Amino acid sequence: MAKKNYAFYPGCSSQKGASASNYLNSFGLMCEKLDIQLNEVPDWNCCGASIAYAEGSELPRLMLSARNMAIVEKELPGQDMVSGCPACWLALREAKGRFEEHGSMKTEANECLQDLNLSYQGQVKPRHMTEVLIEDIGYDAMKAQVVRPLDGVKIAGYVGCQTNRPFGIDGESFENPMYLDKMIETVGAEPVPYDQKVTCCGGALAFSEPDKSYKQIRDIVESAYDHGAQVIATPCQLCQANVELYQSEINKKQGTKFSMPVVFYSQLLGLAYGGDLKQTGLDGQVIRANVLEKFIK
Amino acid sequence: MSEALGQANSQAIARYKNNFLKEVEERVEDGQWVKMCMQCGVCAGSCPFGPHWEHSPQKIFMMIRAGKREEVLTSDSMWMCTSCYNCVVRCPRKLPITHIMHGLANYAHRLGLVAKGQPTRDIAVLFWKNIIKGGRLNELTFSLSMYFRDGFGQGVKNAMAMQGIGLALVKTKRLNPMEILGGHMCKDKSGIQRMLAKAAEIEDKRRGMA
Amino acid sequence: MNTPVATANKFAAYICSGCGLGDKLKIAGLEKVAKTEGKMAVIKNHPFLCNAEGVKMIQDDIANEGVTHVCIAACSRRAKAEAFTFPTVAVSRANLREGVIWVVAEGAGHDEVRQEMAEDYVRMSCAEVKKMTLPGGNKKESASKKILVVGGGMSGMTAAQAAVDAGYEVVLVEKTGQLGGFANQMWKRMPFNAPYAEAQPTGAAELAAALSANPKVKVYLNSTVTETAGAPGRFAVKIAAESGSISEELCGAIVQASGFTTYPIEKLPELGGGQPNVVDQAGLEALAKAANGGPIKRADGREVKSVVFVQCAGQRDDSGTHLPYCSGHCCGTSIKQATYFKDQNPAIDAVVIYDDLRVPGMGEDFYRSAQNKGVIFTKGKASKVTGGDGCNVTFKDLILDEENTIPADLVVLATGQVPNAGVDLDEWTATATAAESGDEAAKTRKSALQKISVLNLNYRQGPDMPQLKYGFADSHFICFPYETRRTGIYAAGPMRRPMDMHQAQEDATGAALKAIQAAENAAQGRAAHPRAWDLSFPKARLEGCTQCKRCTVECPFGAIDEDEKRFPLFNEERCRRCGTCMGACPVRVISFENYSCDTVGMQVKAVNVPEEDEEKPRILILACENDAYPALDMAGMQRLVYSAFVRVIPVRCLGSVNTVWITDALGSGYDGVMMMGCQKGENYQCHFVKGSEMAYYRLSKIGDTLKGMGLEPERMQTYEIAITDGARVARLIDEYVAQLDELGPSPMKGFG
Repeated sequence: MAKKNYAFYPGCSSQKGASASNYLNSFGLMCEKLDIQLNEVPDWNCCGASIAYAEGSELPRLMLSARNMAIVEKELPGQDMVSGCPACWLALREAKGRFEEHGSMKTEANECLQDLNLSYQGQVKPRHMTEVLIEDIGYDAMKAQVVRPLDGVKIAGYVGCQTNRPFGIDGESFENPMYLDKMIETVGAEPVPYDQKVTCCGGALAFSEPDKSYKQIRDIVESAYDHGAQVIATPCQLCQANVELYQSEINKKQGTKFSMPVVFYSQLLGLAYGGDLKQTGLDGQVIRANVLEKFIK
Repeated sequence: MSEALGQANSQAIARYKNNFLKEVEERVEDGQWVKMCMQCGVCAGSCPFGPHWEHSPQKIFMMIRAGKREEVLTSDSMWMCTSCYNCVVRCPRKLPITHIMHGLANYAHRLGLVAKGQPTRDIAVLFWKNIIKGGRLNELTFSLSMYFRDGFGQGVKNAMAMQGIGLALVKTKRLNPMEILGGHMCKDKSGIQRMLAKAAEIEDKRRGMA
Repeated sequence: MNTPVATANKFAAYICSGCGLGDKLKIAGLEKVAKTEGKMAVIKNHPFLCNAEGVKMIQDDIANEGVTHVCIAACSRRAKAEAFTFPTVAVSRANLREGVIWVVAEGAGHDEVRQEMAEDYVRMSCAEVKKMTLPGGNKKESASKKILVVGGGMSGMTAAQAAVDAGYEVVLVEKTGQLGGFANQMWKRMPFNAPYAEAQPTGAAELAAALSANPKVKVYLNSTVTETAGAPGRFAVKIAAESGSISEELCGAIVQASGFTTYPIEKLPELGGGQPNVVDQAGLEALAKAANGGPIKRADGREVKSVVFVQCAGQRDDSGTHLPYCSGHCCGTSIKQATYFKDQNPAIDAVVIYDDLRVPGMGEDFYRSAQNKGVIFTKGKASKVTGGDGCNVTFKDLILDEENTIPADLVVLATGQVPNAGVDLDEWTATATAAESGDEAAKTRKSALQKISVLNLNYRQGPDMPQLKYGFADSHFICFPYETRRTGIYAAGPMRRPMDMHQAQEDATGAALKAIQAAENAAQGRAAHPRAWDLSFPKARLEGCTQCKRCTVECPFGAIDEDEKRFPLFNEERCRRCGTCMGACPVRVISFENYSCDTVGMQVKAVNVPEEDEEKPRILILACENDAYPALDMAGMQRLVYSAFVRVIPVRCLGSVNTVWITDALGSGYDGVMMMGCQKGENYQCHFVKGSEMAYYRLSKIGDTLKGMGLEPERMQTYEIAITDGARVARLIDEYVAQLDELGPSPMKGFG
């Protein structure tokens, strides 16, 4: 099968040595098996995430995405721009939409890009990696590569916010999206229904308002436990980090005994495709996912 | 508050008198949507930080329409936005509530009306400074700057409190101590900085804030 | 009797064995019943009676064998109605499918009761058809089909135009010197079409001009209706002009569109009513009209730079002081009026203080459009308005939970609509009675009321149609909004319920079509809604009449007058064929050709009531054919099981139930009677408005009779059943059977 080429926008947290570097590690085997060719966007910059707004007003913030898309139009023309990070994807889509809606703002953007020898035409289509998997590859093709079904593992698909709102995956509901559960089924594991699937983890406010965010995280982890989950899986770096890393803080402050592994969907696919610890990025878990690691012998 | 910002603030008050809605429409991101709120309150019931803010988005919009300038711009509500977009997808009038909240936060910060030590404002400022420096986020220096934002002593305490998590991340190769030396950066970081400066200039001019 | 004289009656029964009837029932047993007890001359069965072959079999017998009465033992009378329509013979239906095999429990253990139930229905159907005659109808070739429209406002003009468009002549009576009504005072109206964003010209002048120029429309200006006599197809109407001249018109049906007045703003002093620069919405329309698209100016000539609209002014008031209801249009009207200002000058501050912004349908888009134009909407409750040079509106902001005051150049109060539906009949009756006994004050009041009256009907029930609430004309509010209790007279527009212009025009169109239908039905000798196909009409054996007047009083439609000898005089065209008169008559002299005390009474008697020791109670169900009977059918369609001890007889309305059926049933050993009718009271759902209420009233007095017979009052129960109550009705039956089981068998058994 011919490889499908995509301009790849990894985002800051997926870089080597950054908090979601194991997420990026898990892309390798998954993309190889599914004939996905990722071509990194040259000299990409931070998207601004959703916490840049205090200093970064509207146009500067949108420019961060405009530059990234302009680079793709110039260097990787014709390729969809894929990010694994919901915040990056959302920033791109927001910028694209805003420029489409307000032509004058697009003119302003190009005025700012002129000096960088770039121009933004609005041709790039931003995609999230899960969209590529669902829409371009399909569940059946994902399933066809499974050599190691994750039999008997109960997984809470934690969709969270930004792959789900405000844009979401086409055809999914905002209140109960099913794509992550379907992916969990695809790798042979069992998705557990629970009531915090799209609850916010606190996002960037986990830094500034930790106690308020811990309440969110606690609700999510507790509900996953209550419904029999052994692992939480998510498509979002910030969700993964918040929900995994702060369990120890919550345990310390609130006397809980949480130890719920939190992995990415791509790690499940990598594992089901026969990946080892490094290929799946499971070596990067702060809370080790023993129930998954046991498949690697 | 810097002198320039202080001036901007008093100018705005003088220019608009009671017509705060018009000020918001001109100067706040997506502010032109505020008049379209139909006061149903679905946003208020959809916010994950609902129990924590002073005013619901619904109330903020009504306050804007009622001309309650100071109460709005000093409210903590917009700083409680986690950008979960729940209000946006549920709003029957399709108001981009998240953006309006971000816009109000930006405007209040710019006018110097935000309470000193407002934690989300502080980290948001640090984040922006961090990313525009090299074009990409340096998680290590960002974290350290957050811990040390209230001075060195508090910073050590904060860092110590989080050292377990930090060490675990280092151990799993998800935090690189060497990033302190600069870490990942864009090649054209100066181009990015020029681009952002230009954008700020254009937008200020458009919004009558130059 | 108009029926073509039949030489001899020939009765035939046709039994269907399709739809599982043949599997569940012994068809031979049913045939035997039809023969030996039903005394049918022809008895045939067919495996698929409703198919072309089965129907042809019946048609052939009618054509060739002289069959005059047909009993069809198959499915419910509500099913296959088209196939089993035989216009030249009387037809009865035994409901063996929905009424027996679909509701009796499965299994051989129930075979006996199932068969007994089916045989009873065959007995009943045979007994019924023997007492029926084919309705002859009463065509009236000379009937007028002209439509009288009373009221020349938007509603009336629209009704007139709709009738003319449909090819009917119209007489349009308007009390002022100009067509157009309230719309003439308006600058613009709300938008009726996409994108629902801008106020539009009313179009009243154009409509008025078109009607005035139309040769099929006769317009009477400065005129009122001083007398309306007759019935659908023959309304004799006297129209008096201001000059005193009287014209007479013969009309087929009437649309009453007598409109509304605005609630007097003077009654709202706390909201600034009566003070300078505080106007109602009508007042604002006048200012806008005077401005003619330019800056709107106050009465003192000053340009308005800020305006505040106060919604629900003197409306939705639960204190009893002002209007208790919502007038529906005023939110949309204020939205529209606020855009008058914004369209002229966007810098004008326009604030709408509302409690609930009620803009149904596409009004929401209009609301959005006004928001987009910068009209500020504030949820709040105004407590005080001061008028004068600088007005102030003090209100509680319900979102911010605080008191606020907004200064304004002009304040607009959104006051409500007060219906102009004519005379309140309760007051009329009391006044007329007092006047008759010589009370002078009552006499004065009576003539004042006659002036208020819109139609001046010469009916014994009073000069206008009955009112439901708050002075609005009673239409069949829940199910059939155009139907009134005066057959052939249809209410339209804000005199029926508060409404905006768009709703009024829709309403008027509907009323015009109903009026046309009524005129056509009257000409063909058919009933009006809801039995519009029915050619039967009530006949009274006057030699037996005791002149008790119950029929004239209880007729929900005022169809019965009294002749000079004080006997009931049936105005057939006003009659809806509900049979309430028949139910009311204590000496049972009123009947229809296809529905009478005998058609039902003989069914009651036909049922085989088992002896006490058989432990098989019998319960008679008299079920209204409009809701309860369909609900029972629905139970069957859903295969809900209920007791096989009940026997159901559909009735036209509970109002038609004559108490003799109940006393006969209980006297002959039935263990209980269930009466199933529609909801009564203010939110009535009775198709004949008052029928179920009348029945309830009559039956509330039956307890003494039962006691006299030595029976417990529980042996007769009434139920309100809605058409959706399929599951409930099955449950109610089983509960009642259980209740009777505790009560024990009827002591009357064996005496019947």
